Amino acid sequence: MIQAFRERRSLRIAGLMFPGAFWLIVFFLIPLLIMAVISFMSRDQFGFPAPPFTLENYWDIVKDIRFNLSISFEGGLNIRLFDGLYLELFWRSIWLSLISTIITLLIAFPVALFMSRLSRRYRNLALFLVMIPFWTNFLVRTYALQFMLRGNGPINTLLRALGLEPLDLLFTPTAVMIGLVYGNLPFMILPLYTSLEKFDWTMIEAANDLGANMLRAFQRVMLPLIAPGLVAGSILTFVPAIGSYITVELMGGGRTNMIGYAIAQQFSASVNWPFGSAMSLLMMIIVTIAAVLYFRSGRGEQRAVL
Amino acid sequence: MASDSTVVLLGERSEIKPRPRRETQRFSLSRFALVTITLFTFAFLYVPIVVLIVFSFNSARTGATWQSFTLQWYARVFSNARILEAAANSLIVAVLSTFGAVVIGTLMAMAMERYRFRGKGAWDGLLYMPVIVPEIVMGISLLIFFAAVNISRGLLTLVISHIAFCMPFVYLTMRARLADFDRSVEEAAQDLGANEWVTFQRITLPLLMPGIISSALLAFTLSLDDFVISFFVTGVGSQTLPVYIWGQIRKGITPEINAISALMLVLSIILVIITQLIQRRQRA
Repeated sequence: MIQAFRERRSLRIAGLMFPGAFWLIVFFLIPLLIMAVISFMSRDQFGFPAPPFTLENYWDIVKDIRFNLSISFEGGLNIRLFDGLYLELFWRSIWLSLISTIITLLIAFPVALFMSRLSRRYRNLALFLVMIPFWTNFLVRTYALQFMLRGNGPINTLLRALGLEPLDLLFTPTAVMIGLVYGNLPFMILPLYTSLEKFDWTMIEAANDLGANMLRAFQRVMLPLIAPGLVAGSILTFVPAIGSYITVELMGGGRTNMIGYAIAQQFSASVNWPFGSAMSLLMMIIVTIAAVLYFRSGRGEQRAVL
Repeated sequence: MASDSTVVLLGERSEIKPRPRRETQRFSLSRFALVTITLFTFAFLYVPIVVLIVFSFNSARTGATWQSFTLQWYARVFSNARILEAAANSLIVAVLSTFGAVVIGTLMAMAMERYRFRGKGAWDGLLYMPVIVPEIVMGISLLIFFAAVNISRGLLTLVISHIAFCMPFVYLTMRARLADFDRSVEEAAQDLGANEWVTFQRITLPLLMPGIISSALLAFTLSLDDFVISFFVTGVGSQTLPVYIWGQIRKGITPEINAISALMLVLSIILVIITQLIQRRQRA
């Protein structure tokens, strides 16, 4: 009897799990594994991946490494750690994504804070206004931004009409940064708002009454409680930024290269799948490490959010 | 795309408690700063979108000088066979992959929420992965996979891929809904003599319907919006609308693109309104 019950139970679990598990393994995990295998392969005479297995693709990424710390203000604050084509590319991508995440956070936090303090009616309106760009096609939005910044676009037409010097922003690192912030803002505002909206402000007063100043109350009371939204928003901003393809092409004209774009090129323009796979694997490792570190730093509660 | 997981975040919002507002006066300066930043941010988000829509009615072919109002670009969009075909492809892929993702995601959420079994933790981790893996990596790994198993790229590969990236989001939404599910109703039905199938059909499914509808809207939007993954798994005759738009943008600006973009914006706004209305009705 118990035996039969157990069997039926596990049959039911298997039945419920099977379709999803099948899809996840066959069309998500196995492709990633194949990509990992290909990253250790060479190319045949047609350029397709073929044995023998080699470490050369990874070596190509790191071989011309030279540590060379330099700080410049070209295109914003620019810290270089390495010389060498590909490591520099990785480093620049991480750096740009990090800066864009921080800028996005700095803009999104006051907005989310303000939204959470509005009266119910205005709050719903503000939420609606964030939801629209949130749900709008990313490509279309980036295109709209590009359209604005074009050489003969609306901004420059306006500037010329006013007798001012037109901007030459498009296809610069700054334009990529603006594009990343513009594209990711809704994805930072919404999770932050969700956390802030639940926040009970009497707790700050309680902390103040107990002798904590504003900074300390923020640090010890507010920060831990809004950490889930902070973590979710940052991951939702950092991951798309480091892998960004649309923004790099439309805003940077491909001139400010980032890893995501470089990977895509290996699969289109210069057909080098093994090398592209190696870069993808490295990027995935970086993203995973960043996500894990960030989850850890938020101490626990995030599960509820992301 | 990964970004859209936030619907999960938005799922349930706690009701707001009335709170004392005694600090409003004390922080009037910081309040002013908050208002300013918020207004600027909304302007930043909306000006490009609004300008694009306005210029989709501009008769000038190039440049950003206003000539006169016209609907000709919209007329061209609706008479361009390739655009219509791409739109049809997008819809077909979105409908099929929404259906697939909702079915398998919901089933998996039920198994994961209601049973304990070996390897559950690993599945949990695996289900979060597509949220964290960058789209471009997912796109190229699927491209490699379809090449390796020799499936030619087209609508089939698009649907397969879209189900793969939509399913985890459906799963996360449904799991949150199932956690709030009151199982005593099911037990009551069974005590009253309903067998499992009848219970599922008459009790479980209707109660889950609001969650299923939200996750379907989520999957539908994700699929319709996706460019990066579609770009790598699409075939010659099976371009989706975003892939088509991409090709046109790269060739250079045409006013038709502004018109399509404006139409897609309107579609997104409609979808947001529908979602909001449904959520409001559920809360009421």
